[in-house]
Amino acid sequence: MHRGKGMKFVGDSRIPAGRKPNIPKDYSEFPGKTEAFWPNFLLKEWLVGAVFLIGYLCLTVAHPSPLERVADPTDSGYIPLPDWYFLFLYQLLKYEYAAGDFTVIGAVVIPGLAFGALLLAPWLDTGPERKASRRPVASGLMILGTLATVFLTWESVEHHDWEAAADQGEMLDEEEQQAMSQVDTEAAGYQIYSDQGCISCHGDQLQGSGSAGPSLYNTQYDAETVKDIAQNGIGEMPAGQFEGSEEDLQTLAEYISSGGNPGGGGGGSESGGSSGEGSGGDSGGSQGENSEGE
Amino acid sequence: MLQRVYDWVDERLDITPMWRDIADHEVPEHVNPAHHFSAFVYCFGGLTFFITVIQILSGMFLTMYYVPDIVNAHESVKYLQGDVAFGTIVRGMHHWGASLVIVMIFLHTLRVFFTGAYKKPRELNWVVGVLIFFVMLGLGFTGYLLPWDMKAYFATVVGLQIAESVPLVGTLTKTLLAGDPEIIGAQTLTRFFAIHVFFLPGALLGLLAAHFIMIRKQGISGPL
Repeated sequence: MHRGKGMKFVGDSRIPAGRKPNIPKDYSEFPGKTEAFWPNFLLKEWLVGAVFLIGYLCLTVAHPSPLERVADPTDSGYIPLPDWYFLFLYQLLKYEYAAGDFTVIGAVVIPGLAFGALLLAPWLDTGPERKASRRPVASGLMILGTLATVFLTWESVEHHDWEAAADQGEMLDEEEQQAMSQVDTEAAGYQIYSDQGCISCHGDQLQGSGSAGPSLYNTQYDAETVKDIAQNGIGEMPAGQFEGSEEDLQTLAEYISSGGNPGGGGGGSESGGSSGEGSGGDSGGSQGENSEGE
Repeated sequence: MLQRVYDWVDERLDITPMWRDIADHEVPEHVNPAHHFSAFVYCFGGLTFFITVIQILSGMFLTMYYVPDIVNAHESVKYLQGDVAFGTIVRGMHHWGASLVIVMIFLHTLRVFFTGAYKKPRELNWVVGVLIFFVMLGLGFTGYLLPWDMKAYFATVVGLQIAESVPLVGTLTKTLLAGDPEIIGAQTLTRFFAIHVFFLPGALLGLLAAHFIMIRKQGISGPL
């Protein structure tokens, strides 16, 4: 704000007496090849921005942003993962002396020191030298910090099971959703399913839960195979999961193999509600062996 | 015509000094990629600002469809992405911009650090810049929850667990962010929405203004 000299009164207002001419400076008097920001340099910046924007849009078109199924807080089997730029912290908290009893070190002390030093860098590196090679301590620490961040991010990406992660969050298509909505939670089989603890890994709607257990509402196994799996396990599922009468096992197996809908034909399995003896049982047995061999 | 409009405004508000201040500053040779190819490293800051502008614009359009409550959030994002014209592009730009802005601000930080540009008299501008970095990370953290899908929810659970592990203020911080010391749910989503859309962008705009005013006041650091 102008004060004093160079001001004049117009009515009750004090305004500048002269007007500043709207003329650019003469940059030929500046050192080197200095040029004006407006409009010369801005046009060049605009070009860089345009090239960048093209790359950015290509990325957007080539990789649509992901959307997993709606959040289900009860799904305890889901393996969480933060966005990639927090992976370094996530990975740091997995190491022995930065986790468990030492969480404070991993969550507060190390990041606090690193980001605190970054914030206060001008007062930690007070020398007049600007060239990175002339202040080896500051440059060295910054390089170390950057490498550590890159390394931790890399390790985290390396240790994450990306395929399982893609499966566990996948949005159900409409057919699957319908199959799931037909799960009959009133059936006797569901009661056994729940009592025997199957529910804790395979979900209350037979939807499975991430890495803990696969979904069952569209299982391809027939009743005999399901009986076998429930008693002897398969893959990561341990043996001896079922502890009950033969009758209950039969009811459960029929319930599961019908996709949780023993009444209607809407389940995923072809064998439907009927338990197969003879040919059905044989093919079921071989199916089970094949799967175990995987 | 334009000149007369300009003169009319200028006569009343004296805007020429302001305009000359914004437009009329010199760009020295050592930061100009037209003269030195290595000067492309000086573009990172400008590109960070460019993406920030895109984030603000695309975010404004996203809020035209997004509903911040746990029943409708996921549905609204799905609708936005699947049925709204150009919705997938707008959300895609916001999604990828969030990553690109972190990359660019990180590169800008490294450039400033290794050219020693944070030294006297530019200490305060460095501090403001690092604060902008923190605000950006906060925007990334709060924005990640908003689609309310599985990865969003469980990443937030982990993030808040980390916040909770801080001694003394941990539980308070978690309660402040999540709306409850235990439950991560409806309150958390609305709070993260408010933080992501109002609190942090407000802080960001203030810090950016300070960042730019300071660099105009002090000029860009000289050649090494």
